[in-house]
Amino acid sequence: MNFVRFILQNHTQVLELTLEHLWLVGVSTVLAVLVGVPLGIVISHRISLNKPVLAGANIIQTIPSLALFGFLLPVPWLGERSDRLAIFALTIYALLPIIRNTYTGIRGVDPAVVEAARGMGLTESQLLFQVELPLAISVILSGVRVAVVISVGLATIAAAIGAGGLGEFIFRGLAMVDNRVILAGAIPAAILALAADLGVGWLEERLRAR
Amino acid sequence: MPAEPSPVIEFRDVSYRVEQTQVLSGLSLQATQGETLMLLGRSGSGKTTALKLVNRLVTPTSGEIRVRGTSNVEVDVIHLRRGIGYVIQDVGLFPHFTVERNVGLVPRIEGWSEDRVGARVRELLQLVGLAPEFASRYPRQLSGGQRQRVGVARALAADPEILLMDEPFGALDPLTRDELQREFLSLQQRLRKTVLFVTHDLREALRLGSRIALMEAGKLVTALSPREFLNSADPRVSAYVRAFEDKLVSPAHRGTS
Repeated sequence: MNFVRFILQNHTQVLELTLEHLWLVGVSTVLAVLVGVPLGIVISHRISLNKPVLAGANIIQTIPSLALFGFLLPVPWLGERSDRLAIFALTIYALLPIIRNTYTGIRGVDPAVVEAARGMGLTESQLLFQVELPLAISVILSGVRVAVVISVGLATIAAAIGAGGLGEFIFRGLAMVDNRVILAGAIPAAILALAADLGVGWLEERLRAR
Repeated sequence: MPAEPSPVIEFRDVSYRVEQTQVLSGLSLQATQGETLMLLGRSGSGKTTALKLVNRLVTPTSGEIRVRGTSNVEVDVIHLRRGIGYVIQDVGLFPHFTVERNVGLVPRIEGWSEDRVGARVRELLQLVGLAPEFASRYPRQLSGGQRQRVGVARALAADPEILLMDEPFGALDPLTRDELQREFLSLQQRLRKTVLFVTHDLREALRLGSRIALMEAGKLVTALSPREFLNSADPRVSAYVRAFEDKLVSPAHRGTS
């Protein structure tokens, strides 16, 4: 248990990097929800947009993360600060599961319920906020859950461009060929992923429409 | 023939087509205050489309529908729909709302006070034959018949003058259907709504309707009283009647439909 000793000895730095990691994942997830959920809502009502939007999100997903960081580096405003760049990259990676699940969740609402709601004279926004979103919320949140878990993993790579986070330990450990250092980054990251998964899962349970 | 009272719902030469399919052609039909007009026909005859034209879930390709004397495109669609009760076969109760919230939704949106909504919900549950304790239940805790009772209560919530019913009892077992049909009759006797009722079941049409409009392939064949309907010489009407008589005299064929 050498790495435990290593973590204890460097606990301030572990904590610092964990918080940095959390910051990267947290901000990017919030941004991805703010962009992804509305996009998902739009494509579930404008079916013609569904293919191009999902295809776009899919393509982003296929770009290797390290390459994406590299591509974005020369982009004016983005490339100026590495954490900004990392948050941007993590955000667009998180979009696909969120958009897709929002779309699936809303399309999955019983058509009879939607027809009845329209027939009763609900406006489109009443239909959305009182019926479609509450019924789709658990599907949407399970997309957020996937996005968060992916982000925690991906954010370790952000260290390659100097954005900080637990990846610092991993890259340092790789360079030093020292497993203790790698584990000092990998284990907190794994715990973070699990905690995020449980946290969003708990939220999902709380908000589930009965 | 006595002078007709002014129609509450009027189809004026209405046609509707989707791509190459002519769903409705030249439909002209009127429903007067307090009558139960049955739209009878087989699947694909256009009867459901005719119903959805009234509350503008479907927009006609040509022609117009007048509701209470004005063309239904001249009024705000949300306002139009809130004044028309809508009941469908699959009920479409909101699964995340209790019965109380389902029934009270439109009154609440319309800004009724909580007291008034509560009183209205209790009144409606009683009207459709549900005990007050059903108010706090969720749709999944109800049987099919109970769900449709809630569906009817919800449609009546804001006291609309017009009721559109699309095979509301079609998915129920025969005994429950019979019970709900009976209650519909007594309800209608009290409330005197103008009802447009879609069905493919001749017996239901004869039992509930004050008039029966037979539709075939997007066209209105004829609109007759139940008695006239049974005695009509029109071959298309008598064919429909015969189909049901055959079903009645040969019970062996039952359950195969």
